[in-house]
Amino acid sequence: MTTQAPEDLVKLLRFATVGSVDDGKSTVIGRLLFDTKQLFDDQVDAVASASRNRGVGEMDLSFITDGLRAEREQGITIDVAYRYASTPKRKFVIADCPGHVQYTSNMATGASTADLALVVVDATAGVKEQTRRHLCIAALLGVRQIIVCANKMDLVDWDQGAYDRVVTEIESLAKRLHIASALVVPISALLGDNVVEASTAAPYYDGPTVLEALEAAPAGEWAGAHGGNEDAATRLPVQWILRQPGGGRTYAGMVDGAPLSVGEAVTVLPAGLSTTVKAIATPAGPVEIAQVGISVAVDLADDFDVSRGDIIVGSDDLPTVTSEFEATLCWFSLKALTPGSRFRLKHTTRSTPAIVALLDSVLNINELSLEPTASLELNHIGVATIKTASPLALDTYSHNRITGSFVLIDEVTNITVAAGMVGAPTLIEP
Amino acid sequence: MNHILVIKPPMAETHPHNRQIMGVDSIDLLESQAIFILREVAAECERPVLLFSGGKDSAVLLHLAVKAFAPGKLPFPVMHVDTGHNFQEVLDYRDERVAELGERLIVASVQESIDNGRVLDPGPGGMRNRLQTTTLLDAIQSNNFDAAFGGARRDEDKARAKERVLSFRDAFGQWDPRAQRPELWQLYQGKVNPGEHLRCFPLSDWTELDIWRYIERENVALPTIYFAHERDVIERDGMLLALSEWVSPRDGESIRRETVRFRTVGDATCTGAVLSDATSFEQIILEVAGSRISERGATRADDRFSESAMEDRKREGYF
Repeated sequence: MTTQAPEDLVKLLRFATVGSVDDGKSTVIGRLLFDTKQLFDDQVDAVASASRNRGVGEMDLSFITDGLRAEREQGITIDVAYRYASTPKRKFVIADCPGHVQYTSNMATGASTADLALVVVDATAGVKEQTRRHLCIAALLGVRQIIVCANKMDLVDWDQGAYDRVVTEIESLAKRLHIASALVVPISALLGDNVVEASTAAPYYDGPTVLEALEAAPAGEWAGAHGGNEDAATRLPVQWILRQPGGGRTYAGMVDGAPLSVGEAVTVLPAGLSTTVKAIATPAGPVEIAQVGISVAVDLADDFDVSRGDIIVGSDDLPTVTSEFEATLCWFSLKALTPGSRFRLKHTTRSTPAIVALLDSVLNINELSLEPTASLELNHIGVATIKTASPLALDTYSHNRITGSFVLIDEVTNITVAAGMVGAPTLIEP
Repeated sequence: MNHILVIKPPMAETHPHNRQIMGVDSIDLLESQAIFILREVAAECERPVLLFSGGKDSAVLLHLAVKAFAPGKLPFPVMHVDTGHNFQEVLDYRDERVAELGERLIVASVQESIDNGRVLDPGPGGMRNRLQTTTLLDAIQSNNFDAAFGGARRDEDKARAKERVLSFRDAFGQWDPRAQRPELWQLYQGKVNPGEHLRCFPLSDWTELDIWRYIERENVALPTIYFAHERDVIERDGMLLALSEWVSPRDGESIRRETVRFRTVGDATCTGAVLSDATSFEQIILEVAGSRISERGATRADDRFSESAMEDRKREGYF
């Protein structure tokens, strides 16, 4: 048997690294991959030879994911590296993200599809502002569980005070960011303590190693549902119209939120037309029920005019159809965002002209509070009111990550300048 | 214990999505994700093209593209960048497959680029792999393609591990790894200005093993050279190169007859064979799962020139 068992998917965990530059994220991932023997012999040889050539010792583990020449020259991560690993217990998709403030948009790219954040903190220095910023973005993007590596513990002789300080700092941050579960592991990525191999160096710590914690963490919040909400309802953004031989059309897209069934009462938005699902085709053939994450082509009982950009939704729980809404924005452009600016907005499969009508507030990363502002600068997080040329069928981001998210695109350069989440962030008061 | 700060009931048991996804395996999800990307790019871009080398990854990509747009035809043509140094089995396979599907095939020829003076002929037996970049970019420009699908996977190489699913190329066809577009969630956006284009990689998240499992499950047709066969080979730089009109023994090299198969398919002058008795999908999967050498490390001479060989080629506009 070479096909995998159904429960294998629950075993798939997507996680992203989060933390400040130089705290050791890429070294932690390198250590994890090296000690779990995920690397081919020629890859190990290549890393060893690159390390010697650059005079950084016998084996610089960060080179395993820092694969770009500029990254190795500078010893930093510039863009996300995706690695795929598996242990007997679990399959991992790892997004090793940059920690440098300049590359925050790349970090958000990696964290937007993560089930969990692996936060790396230099225990000799404590939680830095950049760690707060990236953890904050990860939490806003919907990450609800974190594993924190208190790294470089060997440099402070495994001092419990240094470890406790990280625990205290993470504790207050996690509570305010709605992070449901946080574990702090004292490690040395350089020496390997408590990453894959349990260490006796920190007698005050009797919890799991980083790998054990990753293997035990709940998965599927992103990969399984996209929505991450218990009440998620069926959503099918229409991507493409397939003409059937002998007439008739089916609507192609990926099922999101909750499974789609034949006979189900559905509504086509934004028009608001009600009908039922007549048939569902999947890559494996016709089915009665299509699961979340599966690309389908659906046939509807009524012959409506449905086009790309429309959304077919379960009639029992409709998204809001509106052309004006409040949203949280992560701003990625060097050019500051000011009210009245115009963009192309992409939401699910629909693109429409949009205007940032009002800027309500900017997030103060240190205080974790929203403050009034006239503009959003590079890497700022803010709350804005957005108006669109055509109406959108929106869920709040906390309700559904797919129908609650959008990007703003510069109309001249076509570069994505903002990640948007429908609704304002709710931060817990200290 | 003070290291677990906030504890909620474990979501794994109660989370409804873990119930929903029962009955869906990870190959199904990879398949659906690839189909989603193919449809999204076909809808967003004006003139896409699917790059087809006849290798296993592009065979899977073509198979997925057919599924994505069935029962209709593909909304884009298929293009082969032909180095002129091909395994005949692969050319036969390419022609059979395209004819069977009734799709449009464009052949962009490196030989023509040489004849037209666009690139220098490296001479008989010289490697033409890098020359493909010019041929590819010329073909993209002359056909006004704004998107090119490729079968590249992130697990292949450390530079590919860094690349977006929709990867932007400027008017010179260059990739700038230091200024990639943000790509959040599944919001793939494909707008480019005239002269620019995208490379689109629907198989980004697949591993070599995923490819083989899918080929087995779907019974995807492949060129025969992927399966063990007897062949005359020459050992060069630790690789077994097939004896052909472009590869002949140099001083001190001798011809050997071995039972081999190819783990990747590319230009015959730089693609090595591996010793193997695997003649079925099942045997290949066992072999791949147990391998200690990476796919490109085992079979591609062109990646051995420098530490960043792939990154350098990609910057110039390579696949």
